Amino acid sequence: MLKGKVWRFGADVDTDMIIPARYLNTTDPAVLAAHCFTDVAPEFARQVVPGEIIVAGKNFGCGSSREHAPIALKAAGISCVIAASFARIFYRNALNIGLPILESEAAAEEVKAGDLLQVDLAEGVITNLTSGRVYQTTPFPPFMRELINGGGLIPYLRQKLAGNQEV
Amino acid sequence: MTISEKILAAHAGKKEVRPGDLIQARIDLALGNDITAPVAIKEFARIGVDRVFDPEAIALVPDHFTPNKDINSAEQVKILREFARQYGIKHYFEVGRMGVEHCLLPEQGLVGPGDLVIGADSHTCTYGALGAFSTGVGSTDLAAAMASGEVWLKVPPSIKFIYYGKLQPFVGGKDLILYTIGQIGVDGALYAAMEFTGETIAALGMDDRFTMANMAIEAGAKNGIFAVDERTIEYVTGRYKKPYTIYSSDPDAEYRQTYQWDVSTLEPQVALPHLPENVRPVRTVGNIELQQVVIGSCTNGRLSDLRIAAQILKGQKVHRNLRLIIIPGTPEIYRQAVREGLIEIFIDAGAAVSTPTCGPCLGGHMGILARGERALATTNRNFIGRMGHPESEVYLAGPAVAAASAVKGRIAHPEEVLQSA
Repeated sequence: MLKGKVWRFGADVDTDMIIPARYLNTTDPAVLAAHCFTDVAPEFARQVVPGEIIVAGKNFGCGSSREHAPIALKAAGISCVIAASFARIFYRNALNIGLPILESEAAAEEVKAGDLLQVDLAEGVITNLTSGRVYQTTPFPPFMRELINGGGLIPYLRQKLAGNQEV
Repeated sequence: MTISEKILAAHAGKKEVRPGDLIQARIDLALGNDITAPVAIKEFARIGVDRVFDPEAIALVPDHFTPNKDINSAEQVKILREFARQYGIKHYFEVGRMGVEHCLLPEQGLVGPGDLVIGADSHTCTYGALGAFSTGVGSTDLAAAMASGEVWLKVPPSIKFIYYGKLQPFVGGKDLILYTIGQIGVDGALYAAMEFTGETIAALGMDDRFTMANMAIEAGAKNGIFAVDERTIEYVTGRYKKPYTIYSSDPDAEYRQTYQWDVSTLEPQVALPHLPENVRPVRTVGNIELQQVVIGSCTNGRLSDLRIAAQILKGQKVHRNLRLIIIPGTPEIYRQAVREGLIEIFIDAGAAVSTPTCGPCLGGHMGILARGERALATTNRNFIGRMGHPESEVYLAGPAVAAASAVKGRIAHPEEVLQSA
């Protein structure tokens, strides 16, 4: 069960906002985290507290395929991203590296900055402890649940390759 | 089934797939660049295999921060170079032979019709112009694919775009795709396959098709795709050495949506900051002064783009208050542009011509904007801070508008330059 305060963002948050390309000459998660949202929310990297949650509008993570974006969010301590919808490469990347993401149009519309959320990832239920509202999110297909529960794509693949040399 | 569904079914070893199916598919090619491959190589090491699935089916292209702009980016390319040596990667492209990846790979014959390609770069969707299913993924996906030769994919629903009519002069693939994104929005094709068809498309050259497929991601799409025709076959003949399969959509294939547009009166289009969906005809944008124009990138760095730019710039001078940066997409495009006298036209006009690089498109190097500056670029994204300072602006257009704007010092219709010549 995750619990954290909310950082609020709007629609079409692109990966250049999450981590501008000028910082992509490194793969160090701590450096990426230090520059996360630097152009659009310079206070984010300084003020974010581990466990906090991002709530955003539609098409979160659009643009570049840079995995540095979910890596930066995860390294900054973000425990979960909730959005009305996700851009597809960001969606893959988040699942592949084990950053929890949830889709909920209602939560994206109603949750406010600073609200305290509780998230049950297994059930896909978001509870807004500030407003008392409860949101049921779109459940993941079984394969993706398997990926998430296994800690991402690499542990999943390692297991698969160990079980079958022909893969 | 649609062409996209048929390619995915064939690579998943299935007779049929339907939108929403999760498949494990065999890939024909995996691509990484100097930003995404270092992360992939780190993840690859965690998998615990001692070889890649096929050293001839991986392409590593250090094109983003190259020729290296600083020590960190040089270290990143070094990771690619050493990985390529260690695992015998055949298609590693060193500076000098390197081009902007999505111009380079089709030109070098690494992608053919019916292929399934993944690349750790969002504009990997470019190769749909060849009738391939090609999509951008992340670095961890690339790592997994380099080890296993497979990728997990959800079969996308297809959206059909039918274009009618003969295009006006100086209207091309870039204008068609900008218009399309303007109509459907930056998530108008989210998770979907964009299938481009119609009489206008049949008359469109390959470079324009690459431009259109390239920006499918800017509508949120998984891939953009074109049917294979005689132009496609002419392009791949002599380049792509492997046998290939031509897939086409069945007459009764199912589409989530169909859009039909008469584009015979379409004007050159411009996308205003800060989203590619903020699209307007060039004549309606008003007096927008510019400090920089960039012609190049995986969207519009091909030979026909340079020819159009040269046609407008011939005998003209770049406006005194503006920098024009022209970046041929590959060494081969560069060489041909030299042969045809295009580069001389550019230099005579007062442009800076660069060796191939992604450079300014993503605010990497080779043309970064200062606070408050405005650029018009033939690139693909105009997000906040995309080309430099967070308070700079990027406008997107095709090569004709870009060249005309460079002469006028403001956003201009190509006719404004040709009439005054």
